[in-house]
Amino acid sequence: MANPTQAAGGRSFLQAVSTVTEEALSPLRIVQMEGLAVLKIIKHCEEFAPTLVTGQLLGLDVGSVLEVTNCFPFPMREDDEEADADGANYQLEMMRCLREVNVDNNTVGWYQSCLVGSFQTVELIETFMNYQENIRRCVCIVYDPSRSNQGVLALKALKLTDSFMDLYRNNGLTGEKLREKKLSWVDIFEEIPIKVSNSALVSAFMTELEPESPVSQCDFDRLKLSTAPFMERNLEFLIGCMDDLSSEQNKFQYYYRNLSRQQSQQQAWLQKRRQENMGRKAAGEEPLPEEDPSNPIFKPIPEPSRLEGYLVTNQISSYCSHINGVSGQNFNRLYLMKALQED
Amino acid sequence: MAPSESSRAKGPVLLFPSSSSASASARVEAVVVFNICDSYVRRPAQAERVIGTLLGSVLPDGTVHVRNTYVVPHSESADQVALDVDYHHNMYASHHKVNPKEVIVGWFSTGFGVSGGSTLIHEFYSREVQSPIHLTVDTGFTRGDASIKAYISSNLSLGDRHLAAQFQEIPLDLRMLDAGKVGFDILKSTILEKLPNDLDGIESSIEKLCTLSDEIYRYVDDVVEGCAAADNKIGRFISDSVASMPKFSPAAIDKLFNDKIEDNLALVYLSSLTRTQISIAEKLNTAAQML
Repeated sequence: MANPTQAAGGRSFLQAVSTVTEEALSPLRIVQMEGLAVLKIIKHCEEFAPTLVTGQLLGLDVGSVLEVTNCFPFPMREDDEEADADGANYQLEMMRCLREVNVDNNTVGWYQSCLVGSFQTVELIETFMNYQENIRRCVCIVYDPSRSNQGVLALKALKLTDSFMDLYRNNGLTGEKLREKKLSWVDIFEEIPIKVSNSALVSAFMTELEPESPVSQCDFDRLKLSTAPFMERNLEFLIGCMDDLSSEQNKFQYYYRNLSRQQSQQQAWLQKRRQENMGRKAAGEEPLPEEDPSNPIFKPIPEPSRLEGYLVTNQISSYCSHINGVSGQNFNRLYLMKALQED
Repeated sequence: MAPSESSRAKGPVLLFPSSSSASASARVEAVVVFNICDSYVRRPAQAERVIGTLLGSVLPDGTVHVRNTYVVPHSESADQVALDVDYHHNMYASHHKVNPKEVIVGWFSTGFGVSGGSTLIHEFYSREVQSPIHLTVDTGFTRGDASIKAYISSNLSLGDRHLAAQFQEIPLDLRMLDAGKVGFDILKSTILEKLPNDLDGIESSIEKLCTLSDEIYRYVDDVVEGCAAADNKIGRFISDSVASMPKFSPAAIDKLFNDKIEDNLALVYLSSLTRTQISIAEKLNTAAQML
């Protein structure tokens, strides 16, 4: 008959189309940003520091390089009722206007500012998952204004690793599955190196307008001796994170204790049942089943998710690396100061 | 089709170099220059120049601080200019939502000098804001150098008849302090392979300091030997800088230095300890299993 063959033909065509779109994605190696995007991000984040702000990244996805050519900021959200519709309208409006002037109309991710490096939160992961549904490859750029006051351009490009995303989607963040995949807290986020590129026109302008001056503002920032406030805040946050980590570990201990208690209860109940059954067999009656799903002691206790613990561990690790970096700088500066004093 | 504004050029345009009686001055941030260049590169094929709106704020001393900008599509021919007003208002509303402090302060165009069509556009903008600034960014490098100039206009009229629009150049401060923070290396080169991290940055800063002090040594030596002319101002400046280093006794310096070194070592030790601890904790947590 014509119809089944047509239907069969239709299905196989669909299958053919779907296999074509599943080409292998080359892994993302570098994020290439234009100087314009860098400056815009810095301007927006610095203007509103210490409030945290976000914005959208626009660009192109080319092979193993993700190019970010432009960006626009999101307005601050005060109340949450009308925020969603407004936000979507604003985004559509901006994208439409930018398309009219030939800016790349392709969303490749979003950027956000953070406070002393504390950006690893559950919201970040959820935003990633939301973006990942629509865009094949997206990246999050994090800018830290407080660290940039130390003279380092604190821009980081982050992406969730694929294995973590699979696990998160299937809600499999339990101890066993994690051990299976050998996933530890290091494997949640993947940092991608950033490359900065500028058009020839703009670099010609900048070279003309800003003569080669021997020192600039960022040198002054780097050679400042007073890093104490920054270090103090880092340590404060570190201590807070340690508290969080210990409370997470307590949660686990509680869970394990409950689990072992439940198991011993189950064993006791099982013993009683077996004895009852033996008595019934002797009396010639039917034995009762050895399991009773309605009994509350057989209810499986859900294992708490390890996500929070992992995120806190990530934060601790980034604070530690900040402290290491700044201490390294401090050593250099102190020796320099000593050398100057000796003259 | 979006409504647009078009009219014919009327009257000649007079261009005057900056005069001392001009009270306004302008300051431009690096983002503005970058945005203008980027939009010039992306302009539609038939357009010779791009124009757009300048956003910013007016400082209390009368300086106009230009902080942001966006391109407005326009079309112009020999005697007609059309500007997409709706687009301009939409973009302004969107930008205003993000940063309510930024208001329209003028407009820019690429290309050298002020042309006839510019007067009409300037008139449009003077309806939006009082005495707008007109910024020209010479992307064609017509004079062989990068010239960015700012103008304000005043109308010349004889009685009731409008004669011409006079564009007066105003002083422009192109220091671009925000770009200084990012580091000019990032902004000047066409490709920068990777962003410098903590230690790279301090290494380059210390190198620069060394080169500077070498130069000063050489200069002072030259002056002492009589090879170079002695400039009193420079000499005083050098002695001021050297004197600005606080003088402590060697014992005090040593104590201060050692204290700081100890603090830093303690911090490094603490952070390494924390790192080891969290990796052990993580192994213990995931390795524990119930039978």
